[in-house]
Amino acid sequence: MSIVTVQLGQCGNQIGFEVFDALLSDSHSSQGLCSKRENEAYQASCKERFFSEEENGVPIARAVLVDMEPKVINQTLSKAAQSGQWKYGQHACFCQKQGSGNNWAYGYSVHGPRHEESIMSLIRKEVEKCDSFSGFFIIMSMAGGTGSGLGAFVTQNLQDQYPNSLKMNHIIWPYGTGEVIVQNYNSILTLSHLYRSSDALLVHENDAVHKICAKLMNIKQISFSDINQVLAHQLGSVFQPTYSAESSFHYRRNPLGDLMEHLVPHPEFKMLSVRNIPHMSENSLAYSTFTWAGLLKHLRQMLISNAKMEEGIDWHVRPPLSGLPPLGKMSLNKDLHFNTSVANLVILRGKDVQSADVEGFKDPALYTSWLKPVNAFNVWKTQRAFSKYEKSAVLVSNSQFLVKPLDTIVGKAWNMFASKAYIHQYTKFGIEEEDFLDSFTSLEQVVASYCNL
Amino acid sequence: MTQSVVVQVGQCGNQIGCCFWDLALREHAAVNQKGIYDEAISSFFRNVDTRVVGDGGSISKGKICSLKARAVLIDMEEGVVNEILQGPLRDVFDTKQLITDISGSGNNWAVGHKVFGSLYQDQILEKLRKSAEHCDCLQCFFIIHSMGGGTGSGLGTFLLKVLEDEFPEVYRFVTSIYPSGEDDVITSPYNSMLAMKELNEHADCVLPIDNQSLFDIISKIDLMVNSGKLGTTVKPNSLVTSSSGTLKKRHKKPFDAMNNIVANLLLNLTSSARFEGSLNMDLNEISMNLVPFPQLHYLVSSLTPLYTLTDVNIPPRRLDQMFSDAFSKDHQLLQADPKHSLYLACALMVRGNVQISDLRRNIERLKPSLQFVSWNQEGWKTSLCSVPPVGHSHSLLALANNTCVKPTFMELKERFMRLYKKKAHLHHYLQVEGVEKSCFTEAVSSLSALIQEYDQLDTTKNMPNLELRKYISRFSAVSLTYTRCNPQHLPFK
Repeated sequence: MSIVTVQLGQCGNQIGFEVFDALLSDSHSSQGLCSKRENEAYQASCKERFFSEEENGVPIARAVLVDMEPKVINQTLSKAAQSGQWKYGQHACFCQKQGSGNNWAYGYSVHGPRHEESIMSLIRKEVEKCDSFSGFFIIMSMAGGTGSGLGAFVTQNLQDQYPNSLKMNHIIWPYGTGEVIVQNYNSILTLSHLYRSSDALLVHENDAVHKICAKLMNIKQISFSDINQVLAHQLGSVFQPTYSAESSFHYRRNPLGDLMEHLVPHPEFKMLSVRNIPHMSENSLAYSTFTWAGLLKHLRQMLISNAKMEEGIDWHVRPPLSGLPPLGKMSLNKDLHFNTSVANLVILRGKDVQSADVEGFKDPALYTSWLKPVNAFNVWKTQRAFSKYEKSAVLVSNSQFLVKPLDTIVGKAWNMFASKAYIHQYTKFGIEEEDFLDSFTSLEQVVASYCNL
Repeated sequence: MTQSVVVQVGQCGNQIGCCFWDLALREHAAVNQKGIYDEAISSFFRNVDTRVVGDGGSISKGKICSLKARAVLIDMEEGVVNEILQGPLRDVFDTKQLITDISGSGNNWAVGHKVFGSLYQDQILEKLRKSAEHCDCLQCFFIIHSMGGGTGSGLGTFLLKVLEDEFPEVYRFVTSIYPSGEDDVITSPYNSMLAMKELNEHADCVLPIDNQSLFDIISKIDLMVNSGKLGTTVKPNSLVTSSSGTLKKRHKKPFDAMNNIVANLLLNLTSSARFEGSLNMDLNEISMNLVPFPQLHYLVSSLTPLYTLTDVNIPPRRLDQMFSDAFSKDHQLLQADPKHSLYLACALMVRGNVQISDLRRNIERLKPSLQFVSWNQEGWKTSLCSVPPVGHSHSLLALANNTCVKPTFMELKERFMRLYKKKAHLHHYLQVEGVEKSCFTEAVSSLSALIQEYDQLDTTKNMPNLELRKYISRFSAVSLTYTRCNPQHLPFK
């Protein structure tokens, strides 16, 4: 089944390009460590999900590119075409002349309704091209105006027009020390809206990915394209084809559906994070060897201690001993120690994958009380290696990892809101103080629910 | 992509404008090697087939035929505009874009604003409408003028009201040259005060600049260049080609170097909107992020490194020095010290080979020495444009909404009061039709109110952060407020 990607705003388009590029280069990679037949099945499955075929054999990404000003889309289209390996559809873009000015209200209330028809019709055309349609993958940032405001509007529309299709929003959490001054306002408005209309929110934090680039990849002068490539690598390792069950030899057909089924058991809990291991520069890769036991041990500790990468993991954090009552409700004022999960999914790719032991993830102490590990935890194993890593593991997790960042953003937004700064820029376009208050209330609710796990 | 129109008013405005167009042409010539009329150029220039008579000559794509500036030139004396039209830039301006008179405004705001305002209102409207029609998507008017004279100050601010009424959706960015302490125009405090009221009410964003700061910066550059210690060399294609081979006397006119700085400011301000980059910043984002309250729209600017403002090849120093300099009071284009005042918001617009990690590293490094208002502790807006300024590898423009503008305004008020108390030269103003004492008193209260806003903000300096309220109490406060609203009312569909 196919996934249609909607890339919104500068961030969404820049990331979208890297994602498709990563997916296709992995798919063409010669280091799959598996049989030729298997490799072909993998390639076919990847193509079906993300690309449609053109006459002269160049795959076309199943994507719709939306931005309110033309520079980024032009760049994205030309970069894709230059690669020679794949490209975007000629008529798959929607573009205007003037951007949203970092204003959520402008993106949501002005651009949204004005361009609703054109954008939805582009999306519809892309959906119609799919033989069988799995759902939408929407890439956007929270800090700006187009990705955030128009993204919220489009997601709402998708919910209305495709009520039976799944929507996963890929959200970029901005750097803590501003890229945009009103990013906290834009973020809370976006999150509160998406919580209502989206099925799952897959979050990547710029700060975390930046650290991966600095510490693990050893990049000296980190650019956004480095960051986006790390992101794309993580997403690729989640979305590339995987086997459906232990002994089956067919690749899963419904990636989004399966992800949602395993990870979002309850609509109140929609925040997903991605962690992968190992991740390093190509030079280091040549000198490293891994065992599944080592990788999984680290991954488990990353989950428990809420680490975003495999360096600097706090090994002192331990799950509460099972049988004993939990150590009291999580307090926001103290450092988060133990990261309780709602659900986890581990995807393993590579050599000897069948021998990997994931028992450590089935410990009931890791999970909230109302879900048994047998339901809360799943593992997908695939022989075919991903992107030159002989063994790689990725963990998609629905857990408390985002509570602190979310609370921080809500706090800062509240601080600004209390002094009424910048509010006139939003009320100009129809977003009133009430709307802000609604957002605060719904996000407080989300924080509370996650805290009480 | 959007277009902007530059409206240059008065002697100062037109001289700066002239420098701006010169630099803009050079920049686009350097970036656009193929001579194709692209969207970046179209933001400031039209492509016109000069063989076609009348209005039909615009060409939207293809090779560049003849570039015409999207500009309107206004002056109530002919000298400056005539000089422009006889100079090397004469072909860049359309003769239909000019409004001139002979007698001048006599350094009198009232003459500029009231007399010439009403006399030329229709013509002004017509020219503005024409230039707007030539734009696909007009985003911004850049007004360049001085505050101390008569035309720039009076007619320039009259324009603002016209623009606000006629083009309410289009941003009005005003570059205002404030008079220095030793200004030779006696009535400049009156003119500036009266103009301030208009700026308060009708401008979206004002970049105040003063001559003293520009002069200090030029002196610093000259010192750097002439000291010979840094092994400077003149760039091969620079404008500096004096026959004696010395580096002195670079510019023929005294204000040229200073005007170049302001011209560079405008170029850098718009670079991220015109050229590509990994983190773009459009002009509407400037207003959105840097103006937390409508009346506080005065932005102090600084351009670093200094040598990007010259034609001289100085070996680049550490990148980080560029960031440190942006916050020092010697590099501001206004007599102001942002480091020791309170920041409401700050924007860093970087050009060239600088990446996000460099930007972040420097923000982290400089943050502790800067004071931000409590509700905007991380008030940074950043942008990265990949195209560097001509002949240099990188540059930084910092825009600060900072209470350090207060001293400038307070001084202005003081100088005004000194004159006003003695009623010196007041009759020149009062004898103009439509001008009464109330104009003056209103202007003073407008400025006083503004100063008071900055005062109030300053008192919050050094106060501890508003602590994040406790989770529970905040939740109840919010839910209490929420239940006061009609529960049936759902703001979203």
